[in-house]
Amino acid sequence: MATITGVIPRPTTYAGVWGWMTTIDHKRIGILYGLTAFAFMLLAGLEAGVIRMQLVSAENDLLGPARFNQMFTMHATVMVFMVIMPLSASFFNFIVPLAIGARDVAFPRLNALSYWLFLFGALLMHVSFLVDQVPDAGWFSYANLTEKPFSPNRALDFWAIGLLILGTSSVAAALNFVVTIVNMRAPGMSMMRLPVFVWMTLITSLLLVLAFPVITVGLIELTMDRNFGTHFFIPSEGGDPILWQHLFWVFGHPEVYILILPPMGIVSEVLPTFSGKPLFGYPFIVFSGIVIGIMGWAVWSHHMFTVGLGPVANSVFTITTMLIAVPTGVKIFNWIGTMWRGAVEFTTSMMFALGFVALFIVGGLSGISHAISPSDFQQQDTYYIVAHIHYVLFGGSIFGIFAGVYYWFPKITGRMLDETLGKINFWLLFIGMNLTFFPMHFLGLNGMPRRIYTYSAEFGWENLNRLASLGYIVLFVGFLFFMYNMWQSRKSRPAGHDPWDAPGLEWSISSPPPVYNFAEIPQVEGRDQYWIMKAKAEAAGTPLTEPEALIDVNTVHMPSPSYWPIVTAAGVALIGGGLLSHYAISFLGGAITMMGVIAWSNEPTVAPSDQH
Amino acid sequence: MAHAAEHEYTTTGLSNRKMLMWVFLGSDCLFFGALIATYMVYRGQSLVGPYPVDIISVPVTTISTFVLLMSSFAMVQALAATNADNKRAIVGWLLATAFLGSIFIGFQIFEFNSFKNEGLTLAGNLFGATFFTLTGFHGAHVTLGIIWLLCMAVLGAKGRLGPGTALDVEILGLYWHFVDIVWIVIFTLLYLIGGFDAGPVALPGG
Repeated sequence: MATITGVIPRPTTYAGVWGWMTTIDHKRIGILYGLTAFAFMLLAGLEAGVIRMQLVSAENDLLGPARFNQMFTMHATVMVFMVIMPLSASFFNFIVPLAIGARDVAFPRLNALSYWLFLFGALLMHVSFLVDQVPDAGWFSYANLTEKPFSPNRALDFWAIGLLILGTSSVAAALNFVVTIVNMRAPGMSMMRLPVFVWMTLITSLLLVLAFPVITVGLIELTMDRNFGTHFFIPSEGGDPILWQHLFWVFGHPEVYILILPPMGIVSEVLPTFSGKPLFGYPFIVFSGIVIGIMGWAVWSHHMFTVGLGPVANSVFTITTMLIAVPTGVKIFNWIGTMWRGAVEFTTSMMFALGFVALFIVGGLSGISHAISPSDFQQQDTYYIVAHIHYVLFGGSIFGIFAGVYYWFPKITGRMLDETLGKINFWLLFIGMNLTFFPMHFLGLNGMPRRIYTYSAEFGWENLNRLASLGYIVLFVGFLFFMYNMWQSRKSRPAGHDPWDAPGLEWSISSPPPVYNFAEIPQVEGRDQYWIMKAKAEAAGTPLTEPEALIDVNTVHMPSPSYWPIVTAAGVALIGGGLLSHYAISFLGGAITMMGVIAWSNEPTVAPSDQH
Repeated sequence: MAHAAEHEYTTTGLSNRKMLMWVFLGSDCLFFGALIATYMVYRGQSLVGPYPVDIISVPVTTISTFVLLMSSFAMVQALAATNADNKRAIVGWLLATAFLGSIFIGFQIFEFNSFKNEGLTLAGNLFGATFFTLTGFHGAHVTLGIIWLLCMAVLGAKGRLGPGTALDVEILGLYWHFVDIVWIVIFTLLYLIGGFDAGPVALPGG
């Protein structure tokens, strides 16, 4: 065909930087997501360090108020959209196709596009540092602080357009995972045989698909207010800043579950493995997840109790918020039931999973205390909220993700992480996390507002703030141990295909998995398929000690690498960049996007040279 | 190569691409839902004119609505022709769909232009902001659909559409019908119900 695809040859290399840039292998994309998100985690962690340094003593003048606002805004925005979400996406990518017995996701090139959009969107938002117009209105950027009269520079445009691109990336990835999980399961893998992690991925993906359009509209309206003179959120012209809050939190509350459900899924894989028995109450955990996914839409106004929506709205949202604690409680009891009378093995991964359960309970309890709207009036915008969010997102999400890293690292790299270093890593994070965030409960109840850059010594907040800053140092050292552990693993002992005697299908193939995943698509007979296979082999007197045998890669039809995902993503990023500088760049970006899409749709899934 | 999709094994038997389109349309529902919600929240909240009654012409837009609905009929015919492997009818109906869609867009350009001349702008009042944003994004969806239809018509003219690739036409049809349905909601709310608002409207509880 006389199109671009005919002119530029299809990439065929799997090696080197070029191989990674054109890769559409879900495992490589998973690794890219993980490494990129980890880099952003270090960045956002340093921002947190700057915040803790500023607050270590009363009347500190290390940072001015303007810089301080930028630090907490970027810390939260990066942690939510560029760390926790992509770290979960990293596991979705690497593990889900393996866990359902598939050779790849449903749309491998769309998957690559999601990654490159994520990277370029994140980088675009960080260009704001280069021009020193850093977003500074908080991670939920309430109108009308975000409007031109109060935020005249480009900072909020960087924020809004960066988030629009990140949102596009998330929706594209989520569409892909919904189809993959519903449609690409191995024969016999019925929905109620899916590993819980896969279930949570499905629910999270549906939440992403439905929640992101709402924030997209909010961001578009904000961008139009700032650039095209509309008055969506400007009260002097009849606009209503509260509408922004509704749009943000209708998205924002499902987003909370987008952040926590994947780690809940990870923990539901880790606990049974290291308890040596199947997950207790599998259907209850699955249906609790579904109920959380549905009810997550009915609680958003608990973020807005002090807005003045009236007693009826506040009562309704108090009740729905209390109710959503029930399915979460169900899960916690099931996790405890899983360990009950199990042969519990205290590996690092297991300890992080236990840490998750414990710390998430603490975060859940403080959450219930501000579900009650009268009590929330006391807590709104204080450090009590900061304590709560860090118990659920650090103690919850991040600990769950660490459990996943220690659990699946041998599968991903073929090498073991060091258990001693891992345990030091765990205890430093566990102690550091509690040192940093537990005192914030007291600070908040003593009236310390969040987001203030300094405070007077008379308030008596100094000692607790010092404690919190000390906790940060402990966390910092904990992360150093984690990085050293990763680094030394390149020379550590090979993991073998199944170091944990785990139940999931991903453990039946070699580590790291071959490019085609399964030589033969497995036939699934029940939940915890690999345990079933191992038990059968054991009973037959031929224990399974080897992974599935490797086959010649050329006999498997795999989709070929492609240039077009990265080209299309670059085009979209240029459209966004143009809106921030010169519209001409947007047109160029539009042309590149168009070219990418057309070339993409003309490109056969398998390169002619690869066809047999 | 394009036929490979027809033979792929899927768990549900539904093709991956069709399912992708359905889930995407679910996502798009929320997108338009949020835009429509913004319009409804700000209905009657404009502090200055022009107000809907001053400029909205229900008869004119009824014609363009009818044209868009007819384009859905043409789309159905295009799919039927694809399944029947009638090469000339495929191209004809695809072009007819694109043509009717273009007439709708033509009406919209005319409407936007005359509204602008009567003083309705994005920056002027909330009615202008919500009206242009909502109908503008709908128009963008229609325009994208027209481009897609024309690309498919080119493929059809090359003889590459037929029962083996009916799925490609069907997925395009899903998108096109969805965009039509969204317009019916918009037409009902913005024209038939909201089109006669004069000045600020006192809403219950507002």
